[in-house]
Amino acid sequence: MGMTMTQKILAAHAGLDSVVAGQLINAKLDMVLANDITGPVSINEFEGAGFDKVFDKSRISLVMDHFAPNKDIKSAEQCKKCRTFAKRFDIDNFYDVGEMGIEHALLPEKGLVCAGEAIIGADSHTCTYGALGAFSTGVGSTDLAAGIATGQAWFKVPSAIRFNLTGKLNKYVSGKDVILHIIGMIGVDGALYRSMEFTGPGVASLTMDDRLCICNMAIEAGGKNGIFHVDDITKEYMKGRVNRDYKVFEADADAEYDEVYDIDLGTIKSTVSFPHLPENTRTIDDVGEVEIDQVVIGSCTNGRISDMKAAADILKGKHVAKGLRAIIIPATQQVYKESIAKGYIDTFIDAGCIVSTPTCGPCLGGHMGILASGERCVATTNRNFVGRMGDTESEVYLASPEVAAASAIAGKICGPERS
Amino acid sequence: MMDAKGKVIKYGNNVDTDVIIPARYLNTQDHKELASHCMEDIDKEFVNKVNPGDIMVAGENFGCGSSREHAPIAIKASGISCVIASTFARIFYRNAINIGLPILECPEASAKIEEGDEISIDFNSGTIENHTKNETYKALPFPEFIQNIIAEGGLLNSIKNK
Repeated sequence: MGMTMTQKILAAHAGLDSVVAGQLINAKLDMVLANDITGPVSINEFEGAGFDKVFDKSRISLVMDHFAPNKDIKSAEQCKKCRTFAKRFDIDNFYDVGEMGIEHALLPEKGLVCAGEAIIGADSHTCTYGALGAFSTGVGSTDLAAGIATGQAWFKVPSAIRFNLTGKLNKYVSGKDVILHIIGMIGVDGALYRSMEFTGPGVASLTMDDRLCICNMAIEAGGKNGIFHVDDITKEYMKGRVNRDYKVFEADADAEYDEVYDIDLGTIKSTVSFPHLPENTRTIDDVGEVEIDQVVIGSCTNGRISDMKAAADILKGKHVAKGLRAIIIPATQQVYKESIAKGYIDTFIDAGCIVSTPTCGPCLGGHMGILASGERCVATTNRNFVGRMGDTESEVYLASPEVAAASAIAGKICGPERS
Repeated sequence: MMDAKGKVIKYGNNVDTDVIIPARYLNTQDHKELASHCMEDIDKEFVNKVNPGDIMVAGENFGCGSSREHAPIAIKASGISCVIASTFARIFYRNAINIGLPILECPEASAKIEEGDEISIDFNSGTIENHTKNETYKALPFPEFIQNIIAEGGLLNSIKNK
């Protein structure tokens, strides 16, 4: 029986010729990742179990992004713990304030993850790197501690859902709309324990930033991982970033899928997830009148350069609605610099937005834009659970940078055509 | 594994890790402090009503969202002896096993058990007894691989023992 892309990568990393769905395997890891929230718990576990060696200091990434620059004393202590650990083991990829960016934007940008690799991260959005044709999934801190110590992790080989993409996205529609559309279709547990494999002729029309955004939210459908097949766009992206040999895996022609969905990208409209689950989607035509208090454009989902461009193109020469707070967060230092060079930052500030240093910040209700009770925010982030960005009576509406920027101008949820 | 017996505290579908332990409390790793905010955003009374040994029962996709291990830690440290759900989100499932919080998948128990029922669990057989309703449900047993991790005292111990 044929294997899916994910199964092939897992088989290769387990040293097996083939694997089948449901099989329990031990796989070698190419990169293990933690941040300032999950890292300290991993370090406690690692030290508590008495480990005194890391498996490979060049294959561990520690990124201080969630509550950094430190929002309070406790957060500062957590970063300090990671810093001390990184120094003790001479960790190559320790990213602190000044070098850090949001982890899932930073690792692909730096070429630390690439096609064919197996990656775990103590952060649920680690599934982002599937955009590069890697197997990449989120784990907890104890699994991560074991990964730091041994360079291995156990997995149950997943079955898969195949998304056969055709056509091409319309103007003002981007990767975020594709993944929100899919989550709306299959639900927040529609891909539970399974891979989401994105393939088909439509893939060629999606940028790397679209693909990174789509894979980023595979977890929001319960998916174990999201993955795109590797094409010229992937290879072009990795050129100059990835200085090591990589392997391209392709699904077998007779690979079995639990389900196959055919999606014509040309039919997807701007999509918004209403509170309090990502599956509560409506197209922009059906949003009604929803007045908003805040807009956040950033995060590991939509803080990349094409997201900054999309927002700047809409905000250029305009101003955000009176009384609305618009917070723009480039995901990495590189994205920030490029946004300055291209004039996007000027556009944002002239439009009445503020621009923050890279941080996960408000996405998980950490800092830099917490909501009061009764307030509503349109955010390009990934979760709209109860209390996610602040008070339990506040509301988060998930949308693309295009919709977020247009909504900031209008002071209510609306599509870019109307701004 | 020790068997569990206690009163049920019940929740619905898609209980996410942000409501189990809101991110604003993730600036600590202290188990007791995490437990003091457990379930706060969907049930402010939880911390007052939970008694040691109580059993949490929920619907589908329990623990969806973030990978924060603080979520099962907070539940365990609050005194909950087992979580029964129709299905679990996969990262939460792994985390619970890794930190030694017993969990069971059982759609029938999830559907029939109500808040306040007295139940007991035999982990070896996966049998759940509802003493209030005089009903018995059968949960899916853990695969042997996972039973070994639990028997060896968690993932890191099982690796150290190799």
